[in-house]
Amino acid sequence: MSARDIADVQVTAPALVSLREVGKTFPNGLVALANYDLDVREGEILTLLGPSGCGKSTVLRLIAGLASPTAGVINWSAPQVKNNIGVVFQDATLLPWASVFDNVFLPLRLKGVPREAASPRIEEALAHVGLLNFSRALPRELSGGMRMRCAIARALVTRPTLMMMDEPFAALDEVTRFKLNDDLLALKRRFGATIVFVTHSVFEAAYLSTRIVVMSRRAGRLIDEIEIDPAIPRDDDYRSSKTFADMCRRASQALRVSIEEATP
Amino acid sequence: MIWTRRAIPWRDIGVPLAVLFLALALWEALVRWKNIPPYILPAPSVILAKLIEDRQLLFSSLLVTLGVTFEALVIATFCGVALALLIAQSKWLERALLPFAITLQVTPIIAIAPLLLVYLQPGNAVLVCAFLVAFFPILSNTSLGLASVDFGLRDLFDLYRASPWQKLIYLRLPSALPQFLAGLRIGGGLALIGAIVAELAAGASGQGTGLAYRIVEAGFRLDIPRMFAALALISLSGLAIYGALAALSYVLLRGWHESARAQDE
Repeated sequence: MSARDIADVQVTAPALVSLREVGKTFPNGLVALANYDLDVREGEILTLLGPSGCGKSTVLRLIAGLASPTAGVINWSAPQVKNNIGVVFQDATLLPWASVFDNVFLPLRLKGVPREAASPRIEEALAHVGLLNFSRALPRELSGGMRMRCAIARALVTRPTLMMMDEPFAALDEVTRFKLNDDLLALKRRFGATIVFVTHSVFEAAYLSTRIVVMSRRAGRLIDEIEIDPAIPRDDDYRSSKTFADMCRRASQALRVSIEEATP
Repeated sequence: MIWTRRAIPWRDIGVPLAVLFLALALWEALVRWKNIPPYILPAPSVILAKLIEDRQLLFSSLLVTLGVTFEALVIATFCGVALALLIAQSKWLERALLPFAITLQVTPIIAIAPLLLVYLQPGNAVLVCAFLVAFFPILSNTSLGLASVDFGLRDLFDLYRASPWQKLIYLRLPSALPQFLAGLRIGGGLALIGAIVAELAAGASGQGTGLAYRIVEAGFRLDIPRMFAALALISLSGLAIYGALAALSYVLLRGWHESARAQDE
């Protein structure tokens, strides 16, 4: 299969979840989203890019079921997809009193899986994020990058069909962020989950994504939708390639339009 | 190792001890130099001698007071946590119950004690007084802790569809632990104060066996050194209760909570 064919498969892949004319108005009257349409296609890494307050995180929360839309509908391809979502927040959001092992165990514990039965899966998830030797450590004893790895392992331990990531690497330094970007892609290849990623960074979006949706500050308006060939290997060569530069330029221009729209 | 270093905090103990010994030495010197009689101001050496001489009487009274304090603290902990859990379940319960808890807290215990002595046996009245003052800080701190769960963690538990019971056991109770322990530290000191106040009220009516009763009794006899000896025992007991609860708090929060971390650093 050629790279072009793979890209075509990506474009035509069925939607795992579809948002149709979705709106979210908070009780204080603030309209976070209005008439918003979005398809999350199976197997893709979809990045939502936009200025602060454009509703990116609201979209994530609506899909994850952490908030309810005040208008429109969210359609799922299958109920089991809805019930098997992993989320990584901007903060690692770990239980500070629990060890790395217990933090990763949490989703399985809440599903009633006994510790002994969960152990191999936890160890596998920890091994994939390079934290197996830190399983007894408390979150406080970890660096910011390691805490985020722990949060990713926790999200992966249930083998989710859909992973939602809300600016997970925003607080990390550039080197750690690059490393975690590569690790995330490796995990994606291994576990195969569909990923919805929220970021402010055009570089991160261009590197990770197979599709970038640039959102407007005006609730629900789409500025641009950029497809990136999933067959292109994501590595240092890609970071210095013309394709990457073109994607970054296009995303930047769309983001600029989005920000200008936001300025009164 | 952090624990070993914390187990012998010489600087924290040494400095106040040096100040204490200096103050006692000055006190001793002043009493001897001015020839102040012991019924006006006894020297520390006289108080110590009295403490040794009356040790049987004073220590048996101390055990009574500490027993009441401990019993009251256990009941206050149980009731405070139980009520905090009830309040956390429903705003209606909070509206219905919290005003009564606040009323009990703001009414001076010294005003309640004589009434309790009318209706209850002296021992029970002392216990209720100690309970009443220890109860509120445990209730209010635990309530605050239960209500202060991190929003991100709340979302995480919602995402995984945790049951209310799972949220309580795995999230809300551990989150509330630092505030609960802070309330317990305050409650521990207050339970002793409540017991002493009630014993003083009971002592004034000629009933009681606790340490405060010994102070009242010694006051009637103008045995000032014994009053000071009993006072010293009360102060030391208060310090011991606070120290024990602070140590418990440190052990339980060590490694993950900022308060224990601040102590480490």
